[in-house]
Amino acid sequence: MNAIASLTRATLTKDLRLEWRSKDAINSMLFFSLLVVVIFSFSFDPTAEESRQIAGGLVWVAFLFAAVVALNQTWAREMRNQVLDSYRVSPAPPNALFLAKVLGNFIFVTVLQALMTPLFIVFYNLRALGPAYQLPIVAALGTWALVVNGTFFAAMSLRTRSREIMLPLLLFPISIPALLAMVEATGAILTGDFSARFWIVLLAAYDVVFTIASLFLFGFVLQAE
Amino acid sequence: MKRVFPILAVFTGGLLSYALYEALRGAPTEQTMGEVQRIFYYHVPSAWTAFILFFFNFFASVTYLIWRTNKADIVALVTAEVGVIFCTVVLVTGPIWARPVWGIWWTWDLRLTLTLVLWLIYVSYLVLRRFSSSGQTPLLAAVLAVFGALDVPLVYFSIWFFRTQHPQPVVGGGGSIDPRMLHVLLINWLAFSCFAALVCWSRYRLEVLRRAVDETLALEALLEPPARTSRSGSAG
Repeated sequence: MNAIASLTRATLTKDLRLEWRSKDAINSMLFFSLLVVVIFSFSFDPTAEESRQIAGGLVWVAFLFAAVVALNQTWAREMRNQVLDSYRVSPAPPNALFLAKVLGNFIFVTVLQALMTPLFIVFYNLRALGPAYQLPIVAALGTWALVVNGTFFAAMSLRTRSREIMLPLLLFPISIPALLAMVEATGAILTGDFSARFWIVLLAAYDVVFTIASLFLFGFVLQAE
Repeated sequence: MKRVFPILAVFTGGLLSYALYEALRGAPTEQTMGEVQRIFYYHVPSAWTAFILFFFNFFASVTYLIWRTNKADIVALVTAEVGVIFCTVVLVTGPIWARPVWGIWWTWDLRLTLTLVLWLIYVSYLVLRRFSSSGQTPLLAAVLAVFGALDVPLVYFSIWFFRTQHPQPVVGGGGSIDPRMLHVLLINWLAFSCFAALVCWSRYRLEVLRRAVDETLALEALLEPPARTSRSGSAG
């Protein structure tokens, strides 16, 4: 257990330091989601009162697409200089690497959300009519659902041709219940029409199921050559 | 074993013809929907067959993850392919039925959406198999199949709740079925299952042969190179 914790911390610190120095992932995600915000605003009147109902979907679609940008870069760094191969032959537990990558992506996407939320509020004139304290819970659970599966499928698509295309093709169908839950929960909180409790529970269940499944199965994927 | 295949083929052919006759002539015409309701005898058996095939796919995938047998992988591949075909039949016949009866092609009802999501998951499974470039395709595919199976209950609950808090679509839920209709339905289901088994079987044999050919070619390529390079050398 201790080995996992220290390895996870080492990999995570390395990834965060690299990201801090280059800011590749966060910049591309930020710019990408900004573009999504602007392009969406052309398709409907974003400040109208009715658009509050679709705002939940919109916010999450922007984050989803932006997260895919970051997730695609997750393992690219480890492919260079055969880092992943040397990790594979070392006795280090595979799950430590996986957890570090998931935590790293979780931090990146959370930072993105923290930076983008003010923009959404300004551009789309958003205001929570329901209990606003639930929004960070939904954001954290939803982001975890996206990155835990996304990191796993990104590792899987390393072994495929045209891997950048492969990730969304694998990630989106499996994530449908999580996406539905995020969108509905956010919509429920923004409109205040109904309770978001069921969706939060569903998101938590999704997170638990797929975190356990990923930890069980990641060893297979890492060893696959 | 070689005898069984033609026997099953003839049996399936006979059963399919009988089921077709029963569906078009034998079954009573539905009172409110009329003749269009007869598509029900294709729609529902296809759905059941597809779900059974997906279940087999999950079972074979788990078997592969545990024992790593080639057979389990081929079964997983074959059942996913044939299952997607049957699922496509369901998704195509559904709207044809819905349009005259409900007045709309599609509604985001629980069962429709669940079938569509299942179809999406298995199409992505087949895409992964097609795009995977390494020798570990079976392993990755089996892992994805497990993820897909875990997803099904979550999809079910999410859509169930999603739809129950919105206005109910125009689906005729519940109701009893005429015993004669049930009989025709079951005959059709049996025929479709036999047909699916037949297709899976021949696809299985094809896949076994294809892999044997690939293996032989790879082996030949390993044994040949010196001769080939000398030939090309003399030609150049």
